[in-house]
Amino acid sequence: MSILIDKRTKVIIQGITGHQGTFHSEAMLDFGTNIVAGVTPGKGGANVYGVDVYNDVKSAIKKTGANASVVFVPAQYAKSAVFEAIDAGIKLIVIITEHVPSHDMIDMLIHARTNGARIIGPNCPGIATPGIAKLGIIPNQTLKKGKIGVISRSGTLTYEIVNTLSKAGLGESTVIGIGGDKIPGTTFVDALGLFGEDKDTDAVVLIGEIGGGAEEEAAEFIKNYFKKPVVGFIAGVYAPPGKRMGHAGAIISGNSGTAQSKIAAFESAGVTVASSPDKIPVILNRALL
Amino acid sequence: MHKLRKVARTERLIQKMHNNVIMVNLLEYEGKALFKKYNIRIPAGKVIHNEKGVPAFKKEKVLKAQVPTGHRGKNGGVVIVKDSADARNAIKTMKKINFDGFFSKDFLLEDKVKHPTELYLSIALDRSKRAPVLLASDRGGVNIEEIPKENIFIFTLISKNNSLGITNLIEQELFTKLNLEKDTREAFYELIDSMWRLYQEEDAELVEINPLAVLKNGFIALDSKIVIDDDALFRHPDIKVPLSTDPLELAAKKQNMSFVRLGGDIGLIANGAGLTMATIDMIAEKGGTTGDFLDLGGTDDPKKVAAAVGLIANLHPKALLINIFGGVTKADTVAEGIVAAVDSLKPDFRIFVRLSGFGTEKGKETLRKKGIDAYDGADEAINAVVSYTRKSLGQRGKL
Repeated sequence: MSILIDKRTKVIIQGITGHQGTFHSEAMLDFGTNIVAGVTPGKGGANVYGVDVYNDVKSAIKKTGANASVVFVPAQYAKSAVFEAIDAGIKLIVIITEHVPSHDMIDMLIHARTNGARIIGPNCPGIATPGIAKLGIIPNQTLKKGKIGVISRSGTLTYEIVNTLSKAGLGESTVIGIGGDKIPGTTFVDALGLFGEDKDTDAVVLIGEIGGGAEEEAAEFIKNYFKKPVVGFIAGVYAPPGKRMGHAGAIISGNSGTAQSKIAAFESAGVTVASSPDKIPVILNRALL
Repeated sequence: MHKLRKVARTERLIQKMHNNVIMVNLLEYEGKALFKKYNIRIPAGKVIHNEKGVPAFKKEKVLKAQVPTGHRGKNGGVVIVKDSADARNAIKTMKKINFDGFFSKDFLLEDKVKHPTELYLSIALDRSKRAPVLLASDRGGVNIEEIPKENIFIFTLISKNNSLGITNLIEQELFTKLNLEKDTREAFYELIDSMWRLYQEEDAELVEINPLAVLKNGFIALDSKIVIDDDALFRHPDIKVPLSTDPLELAAKKQNMSFVRLGGDIGLIANGAGLTMATIDMIAEKGGTTGDFLDLGGTDDPKKVAAAVGLIANLHPKALLINIFGGVTKADTVAEGIVAAVDSLKPDFRIFVRLSGFGTEKGKETLRKKGIDAYDGADEAINAVVSYTRKSLGQRGKL
């Protein structure tokens, strides 16, 4: 068991013929992902690393029974690509694309909720379950089968930490990069909820960074509902502090956002905060004793 | 149409670390131009670019500095002037005021609006609720943080059945809560609808009117605060983001990299905002100081890497740390770029490289042939660069 993906996950790649789409499709295939089709409007009939390309999601599903999608299409077209996938019946959509407008993301989120679909991202490295599948761009060689769940807002920092876990022999049950955007399709709290239910996850590493209030909300959730050990890491402790804005943003996000606020929230929820990535395995080993 | 300003330096820094973007904060008069477009009433006024542009007048008017930052009034950016000579003097004074790092180049001269009460009204994107929210208060005229919580009414604009927007019910409820005169009901609903249309159609993340003057027959927006989502600028070609005046920032931006000056000893090139920030943290933890840094973003072009090294070389750091975790960016490509830069620039500082991920072995081999130190772990590389800079500086770094 793992979260979100299993052996029955049949994946399509939207934007498979683009530079990134092609490159990462090959890596996903190498990882063992069951990619059943690619979709690029106007490129139907093409073939990328043995994967057939269709003009639209509907015909790809009809032919292959796909139930998940990884989206590499440019930001301007991300919303229509995701709507197309949801309307065709896809239930899990990973948006790798960065710079997706926040208004588009709100629309996508509402459309996903109304249709019982889940979005991960945008601007994220995707999800990976070693031994099962990868829907995204996390480097294959960093991943190793294990019992640690990883949730992160960051990209390359996730790879760094996953690599550290793998090298220390711990390995991962599932890695979820929720993305660093203002409106993520899946939040820290959503991901924690999933890991809480997962028998194959013994502990969770939560990788946050400065800005927003997602880490504080995660801490609140952990305090009240999450029983497994959690190790936290916050990037940006030495970044210059933000300023008070004197507008609505200030009242909505309160005092949260600084590294200090996030670390304090984590600690009050019983989450041990690692001062650098290489300390995470040691703390985990201690917690799992 | 709208000329845009940079936000304060520190904010920009954090923004750039995240997404290589500048937040698009409209100036008051730019926001008011949008209010006009959406039929939201504003006071009669004129934008003034210099003292010569002050029209002849002989009654009290309001003169306001145009800066994209809060707390303008407290810093002397809003004054009452009684005639044109008075206004010219006020402009001279205001030009010298530092508003959280900004100096006002433009000024707004407006008629005074007599009004008995002021409201606060805004539509904002709530990241935590992942929804737009409508905020209102009958205690307008001060910054929202200073209004008591019980005087702020908040409505989430995605309903339980997942529909987006401001319903009549919300408008009615708010109208009652704000205790507004019956005669203003229609005007109030129209105002809220206009704000919502502006918020949606202009890809705004914030539309704020504070204060909103309440008159017998309607409302006038005395100030504007509008933030546009920079990721949506492709839909708004008329909104121009000003280019930075820093030539190195410009050069970095052209290559899709983020460049930030921090003023320490160690130049840093890393890929990805999170890893860059974590590296700065680790350097600080070990007693080093980060100088200027570049977030390379994702690349598989050695030329981009060489350009990054070239940019940092211009600033002559004590040492350069390159921390790359290969994914989209391939480690061997990075190595090629570093070697090309070293060959052409002959830099006067030592380079420490940490490579990991895709293409590490090949990349390390390329570097080794050139005599450049390559490390597997971030920890090792950071230890090496920090101890090198501290030694070379005669322990100048903080201990």
